Parts: sequence; C-alpha cells; structure tokens
Amino acid sequence: MSVPLEPVVPLLSGLLDLPFRDGYVWSIIYVSLYVSLTAVALSTLFSVPLAVAMGLSDFPGKQFAKSVINTGMGFPSVVVGLLVLFAVSNQGPLGALNLVFTREAMIASQFVLATPPITAISLAAITGVDETVRDAARVLGGTRLDVALVVLKEARYGIATAILAGFGRAVSEVGSVLIVGGNITGADGISKTRTLTTAIQLEARQGQYETAMILGAVLVALVLTVNAVVIRLGDQGVHR
Amino acid sequence: MSIHRRRFVAALGTGGVVGTAGCSAIGGSSGQPDDGAGVAGETLTLTTTTSTYDTGLLDAIHLDFEELYGVTVDAVPKGTGAALETARNGDSDVVMVHARDLEDEFLRDGYGVNRRDLMFNDFVIVGPESDPAGIEGLSSATEALTAVADEEAPFVSRGDRSGTHTKELALWEAAGADPGGGWYRETGQGMGEVLNIANEQGAYTLADRGTFLSQRSELDLVVLVQGPIEGGPETLANPYGIMAVNPAVHDAVNYDLAMAYVGWITSPGAQDAIADYQVNGKQLFFPEAVSEDPDFQQYVPDGWSADSSDE
Repeated sequence: MSVPLEPVVPLLSGLLDLPFRDGYVWSIIYVSLYVSLTAVALSTLFSVPLAVAMGLSDFPGKQFAKSVINTGMGFPSVVVGLLVLFAVSNQGPLGALNLVFTREAMIASQFVLATPPITAISLAAITGVDETVRDAARVLGGTRLDVALVVLKEARYGIATAILAGFGRAVSEVGSVLIVGGNITGADGISKTRTLTTAIQLEARQGQYETAMILGAVLVALVLTVNAVVIRLGDQGVHR
Repeated sequence: MSIHRRRFVAALGTGGVVGTAGCSAIGGSSGQPDDGAGVAGETLTLTTTTSTYDTGLLDAIHLDFEELYGVTVDAVPKGTGAALETARNGDSDVVMVHARDLEDEFLRDGYGVNRRDLMFNDFVIVGPESDPAGIEGLSSATEALTAVADEEAPFVSRGDRSGTHTKELALWEAAGADPGGGWYRETGQGMGEVLNIANEQGAYTLADRGTFLSQRSELDLVVLVQGPIEGGPETLANPYGIMAVNPAVHDAVNYDLAMAYVGWITSPGAQDAIADYQVNGKQLFFPEAVSEDPDFQQYVPDGWSADSSDE
C-alpha cells in the first residue's frame, strides 16, 4: 500500500506551513480513513452477500426491496446522523454503551450511509452477469455456493465500483459525523472525532477559506489514492 | 482468480485492523481508569459555544486541567441552545454557555446544578464602514437596531438559537422593532460564517467581541456600536456561565469530573489563564468567578428567591 501513497506525500509536506499544530492534519486524515474504511469494510461484508442472495433468487416483494435500497442511496446524511444520535444518546436504546461522540458512533452512521449504494450497485452488477454463466456453473454440477462465487467473480468490477461509491459517500459526508462525532479535537491538537470534512466545515465557519480549501484538496487526494489502490488490485486480478 | 478477490477483501480488512490498532495508541487513554484513585483516565464531555471554542481559548487552557487530573476533555462546540439540548439528553457532563435565560430554564427544569458565573466579554454591533443606517457611535444598542430597521439596511442574523441569537432577539424586542422583510436575513449558521456573510453583503450583524476580534484580519467590517468593555451600553454584556449536569437526572454523567472541572476553571489559576489569553494582542475574555464579594445570584435562576419561590 506504500507505493500509491507516494504522490500524496509532497502535497502533504506543503501543509507544514499551515497554521496547525504538529500532528493535527495527520490525525484528522487518520480519523477520516479509520472511520470510513472501517464503515465501508463492514458495509461490504453486509452488502455483497445480501446483493448476491437477492440477485440469485426471486421472491415476492423483490422489486419493492430494490426500491427501498435505491431510496436509501438518497438518504440525507444529517437525517442518518440524527437517527444514530437518538439511538446512541444516553436517552436512547444504546445509551448504556456510551457511544455518543465516539468514532464507533461515526462508523455506525457511515455504515448506514454506505450500505445502500454498495448493495444497489453490487446488485446491478450481479444482475448484469450473463445468465449463461450461471447456467454453465449449474450444469457443471456446481453447488449454490459455487454458482454464487462464479457470479461474484464475473461481477467483480461492478462490485469494486460499488465499494468505491460507498467509500466516496462515507468519506465525503459531513452531516452525520458532525452530529454523532461532535467534531472533537483534544487540547493537544490531536483529533478524536474530527474528520477532514468536519475540519473543513470548522475552518469555513471561522472564515479561513484558504486552509479549508487545502484540506479539501487533501480529501480529494485521499479519495484518488484509495481509488487508485482499488483499481490496481482489480487490474492485477485480470493480468494473472 | 478467487485468490485475488480474497486478497482484496483482506486488504480492506487489514485497513480496518490497522486502523483499530492505531486507535488504541492515540485515543486509548480515554475510558480506561488508571490504577490510581479518583477520576484519572476518564473523559469529560464539555458542550460549549462556538465562541469559546473558535477563539482557541479552550485549547489554550485545557492542557493544564488535563495534566492536573490525568484526564481528557472532549470539547464539543455548538450553539448555546444545542449545547444545552445535548446536556438535557445526558450526552454531556458539563456545559459552558452564554444565554442566561436558557441557562435559567435549564436550571429550573432540574438538568443543571452548581452554576457559576465564569467570565464575560461583550457583544458589538458591526457593519460596513459606509454605515448606511448611521449608527456609528450610538450609545444605545436598541436605538441602533431601530435605525437599522427604519433604514431597512441589510442585517444578518444567526437564527440558530445560540447565545448571540438569543441576545439579538432580546434586543429587537427591547427596541420595539419587528425584524422582517428582505433586509433581515436569518442564516442558521455559526458566528464566523455570519461575519463572513455580513462582510460579503455589506450588512450589519451582532457579534461577540471575541469571535469578531479573532477573525477581524479577514473582515472589512468595523465595530459601530461598542459593548460595555469599551464603554458601550450594559445591554451588550455577554456573560458566560458554567454548570454541571444533574447526576440525579442522568446517572451516566461523569459528575465527579464535571465538578472537578467547574472547581478548576473557577479557580484563581485558571481564571488568570483566561485573562492572559490573547488573540492578535487583544484580551478576549474577562474572568469573573474569583470575587471577594458574595454574588448569590449566580447559583440560582435570575430573580429566584427562597421567599417568593413558587416551586
């Protein structure tokens, strides 16, 4: 993973001139990545099997389930943040876990946000796999699991796109992480629940538009890097 | 081929694991009590206003408290209304806000205990240098607002139930003016954003002096009506209070640590640190917790007395 990160390094060293304390920018990049990658990983583990199960079977209400998932893609992140806040607040059903203003709560809300696009796009990719591939696998005596694996293999690009779309949604949203995370940085300048997006929001609130823009550039570079890594992994899959 | 898929999933998984490992290194101190007695190792959640946070005051003074007690302070900046609402839900341990009416309501409803006056600064009415409503140098905030309303000069309002917004509404009411129409713009944003909007639209607004000073280098706005610190009317005073959240209402709050914090921040040492805090060579906050003269009013809702109590 070290190679694709290289283009980002010179950009970041330029950040040393910014009016931030040591480690501040790194810590918010770290929190952004930690929260969003964890949320997307969990979301993938949930969404892809769900998409496979839905794609390979027919059941009453399938169209309705699809439209529910598609609607979920447009769910405003602030609303998700509010719902998660109600759940994890000390008043809420999960109050005893003390999750409010933690990274775990942020992961929960980004999980909710990333799951619909990952499920929907994976489902589209799986549905798009040629019927003959499925039939061939069955004819060759494949079990249901074998068929699912073959279909997954055929649909891997679409699924990679789905995961990237989910990551894009998670890492760029500001509404829910602000509400459930609280945008907290310690007095030593190390972020606890501040992400790149909420840091940008904070800089903009203070009229520091230039530093806000630079943090925005860092965010874009980060998303580009993650995309490059995923596409690279996908290409390796083809060449061998 | 399935190997590559697995590798891909493994890469995602590794990201998560690596992330978790780092997490315990950076944030691991929170929530794990030291073997020492008391509050060490715990985390205090403080909901506060954007004005105390964005000016950098809290970061400047909190290290001292964190070292003294071996704890972490999570300061969550929100408007006063939102800060109190978070505390009502039991999601914060201590609140530092600046709207006495809302604080009193919070006390009366039983959510807050042990309120202290903490510090003050003041509000100023700022606007474009051209000053279309001609309010510069007026000694009355309400006269100034009346002039703005008569002129229908653009005025940007916070509109977010913050302490500053609460003050602004009280001033409009006192002025007998009814803000409305195209010239009055509610933004629902923080102080910094509102100053930027007013700056760009050549509009007036009410700002706390601290945020205005800390942002002044980026603004063309000027102070047109001063607050009491610079000899302006007392109506523009901006006092900050601090309260612990009542542990009888929310048993999950960290009351011991909250009271340690209230005790520390009202102590002579921390009050001196507040007085010493400067941005661009200007003092932003004036401590008022340390006083020889008793001031019982700080502990109870405004106007409360034991005899006249109807509760």
